[in-house]
Amino acid sequence: MAEKSDAPFTLSCPIPITNQDFVTLAHGGGGRMMHSLLDRIVIPAFGNQPLESRHDGAVMEVDKGRLAFTTDSYVVHPLFFPGGDIGTLAVTGTVNDLAMCGARPLCLSAGFILEEGLPVATLERVVASMARTARAAKVTIVTGDTKVVDRGKGDGLFVNTAGIGIVEHNLTIAPTSVRPGDAILLSGDVGRHGVAIMAVREGLQFQTTIETDCAPLADPVLALLAAGIDVHCLRDLTRGGLATTLIEIAESSRLHVGIGERDIAVEENVCGACEILGLDPLYLANEGRFVAFVPAAQADRALQIMRTHPVSAAATRIGTVSESPAALVTLQSRIGTKRILDMHSGEQLPRIC
Amino acid sequence: MKFVDEYRDQAKAEALAQAIARITTKSWSIMEVCGGQTHSIVKYGIDELLPQAITLLHGPGCPVCVTPLELIDKALQIAARPEVIFCSFGDMLRVPGTGGDLFSVKAKGADVRIVYSPLDALTIARQNPGRQVVFFAVGFETTAPANAMAVFQANAQKIPNFSVLVSHVLVPPAMEAILGAPDNRTQGFLAAGHVCTVMGFEEYLPLAKKYHVPIVVTGFEPVDILQGIFKCVEQLEQGRAEVENQYARSVQRTGNRPAQALMAKVFRVVARKWRGVGEIPNSGFALQDEFAAYDAEARFGVAGYHVDEDSECIAGQVLRGVKKPQECPAFGTRCTPDRPLGATMVSSEGACAAYYQYRRHQQTSLAAGKRS
Repeated sequence: MAEKSDAPFTLSCPIPITNQDFVTLAHGGGGRMMHSLLDRIVIPAFGNQPLESRHDGAVMEVDKGRLAFTTDSYVVHPLFFPGGDIGTLAVTGTVNDLAMCGARPLCLSAGFILEEGLPVATLERVVASMARTARAAKVTIVTGDTKVVDRGKGDGLFVNTAGIGIVEHNLTIAPTSVRPGDAILLSGDVGRHGVAIMAVREGLQFQTTIETDCAPLADPVLALLAAGIDVHCLRDLTRGGLATTLIEIAESSRLHVGIGERDIAVEENVCGACEILGLDPLYLANEGRFVAFVPAAQADRALQIMRTHPVSAAATRIGTVSESPAALVTLQSRIGTKRILDMHSGEQLPRIC
Repeated sequence: MKFVDEYRDQAKAEALAQAIARITTKSWSIMEVCGGQTHSIVKYGIDELLPQAITLLHGPGCPVCVTPLELIDKALQIAARPEVIFCSFGDMLRVPGTGGDLFSVKAKGADVRIVYSPLDALTIARQNPGRQVVFFAVGFETTAPANAMAVFQANAQKIPNFSVLVSHVLVPPAMEAILGAPDNRTQGFLAAGHVCTVMGFEEYLPLAKKYHVPIVVTGFEPVDILQGIFKCVEQLEQGRAEVENQYARSVQRTGNRPAQALMAKVFRVVARKWRGVGEIPNSGFALQDEFAAYDAEARFGVAGYHVDEDSECIAGQVLRGVKKPQECPAFGTRCTPDRPLGATMVSSEGACAAYYQYRRHQQTSLAAGKRS
């Protein structure tokens, strides 16, 4: 005999729950659940005409000229850290890559890979910061994609962004354009992003919280170009930091990059963290710093222009390009001696003692 | 930054370099014992500031470099076990064993974690009672107190799933082995400042006397090292052989007594193998019988494992100051930080890695040269 249920009789039928507070595989299935996620979270945040048209792709008018196109994937752990999160990174990273081509960033795509079980609130927070950062960087997110993977097959949330920018000048901004005599300008202090991430990841606590320097860089770059500075090369200082970036440029231009340690600013708390952990700030990642190679005669004017923008207010000249020793970066140390900066074979590892 | 910038001051460094040049009348070979000092010397190009007559020899004080191959292999075997969470300081992960390194074991699915303190490993053990948590206890007297504390705490708090793979080595016996070798070139030592912060410097007094060798306890910043060299050269020129303390802002004569007491409680002195050097009597630590239950070698049955080292690698001669890294035929070719033959090429404190990173191009491109 069947057990009598205590539950009151209702007429509700077993339709799927659509307002769950965590991501399920159904959210990636292309059906109603996915559309609900897009309607509730993604489209209102990014809101723009091409995205709202829900076509397979975005169609836009562009002026005649050259386009810059780039892509990057973001897998940072933890998703949230002092001064930013994976969303701010995903927008600034791609926007900055466009800026380093000397392009005016125009629009981005956003691809999300969500792990089953991710709190929807987390996704909402990330999407909101992407929207906020996109507005600050004057770009729109016009197309996108969402996939859900089984629990254990992702790290909560991965984001890919691709971006298109318009090149409004005739310069070739590349390592091959670097010339002997060029001045090397650095937009600010280095090492903050790397230490900020490491501190959260490893539970290290310092007297003051070290925040990422994550910020869009297009404004100072476009200002340099608008002022007619003959920019030879631009590079943002992400993974591998200032040292690795300069080594790459020295190697591809087959020229010598000479810099002075004393001219490179490192914040006191970043310095302290590096001393404790045995890390070199010149190799730490940044997300809001760049170097510009410009003709020496234009260096002072370029610095003045950079310093009028908050993100590069502390710009300095850190060195000069010369013919030889070819393909090397040398650093004049604080005590006046010279050494070669070499590329590390992998990530910097904290030392034993 | 306070307490750092004043020891990286160009004017002070140059004044010391000139003072060293003024008092030097003969050729002297001085060994800096600690890998941290080697790193600083090569990073700042301190030897470029010295007169030609002074040769710096790079000593055995890099814990990564002297950890024997068979211990790395034991670490790999233990780390590969599914029940194990293997915790280590960062720079041990890239040290090559016979069949790969801890990074490659991790890539194949092992749970290998970088920690900043052995007490972090203990916390992981407390949080994962169903797993075996092993800490790779490497290092000199500098790291020994914290490692001893982890074992002591594990015992006090009854954390049975914690153990340590001990590879502790001691500085004075290694210095004695260098001085006693027939091919010894070392005439004076810069003793390792941080080791002496823990141990003090009384144990160096008999060494200085027996081998008539000056020993200057020295710090790690450029000005520290130049001061240490100055004091050492001064003694050599005057025919003195005393123990002096340049690093007085950190080192006291008797060291850190509570730390020493804890080390003595947890560890006993045993003979240890040094990578590239061989076995040195009384040169390392093993766990006292009272703490033997925390010995990972016994727990995972790897104690009997032995292996021979690569014959091409001259790390042993480099560590004893008999050869410079560039004198190795494999340097920069068959042996690089990406594919190291020996551990001196792995750690940033290893002499070979330091030379590779900062000096590789020097002969051809940086006409740095020494000042005469």
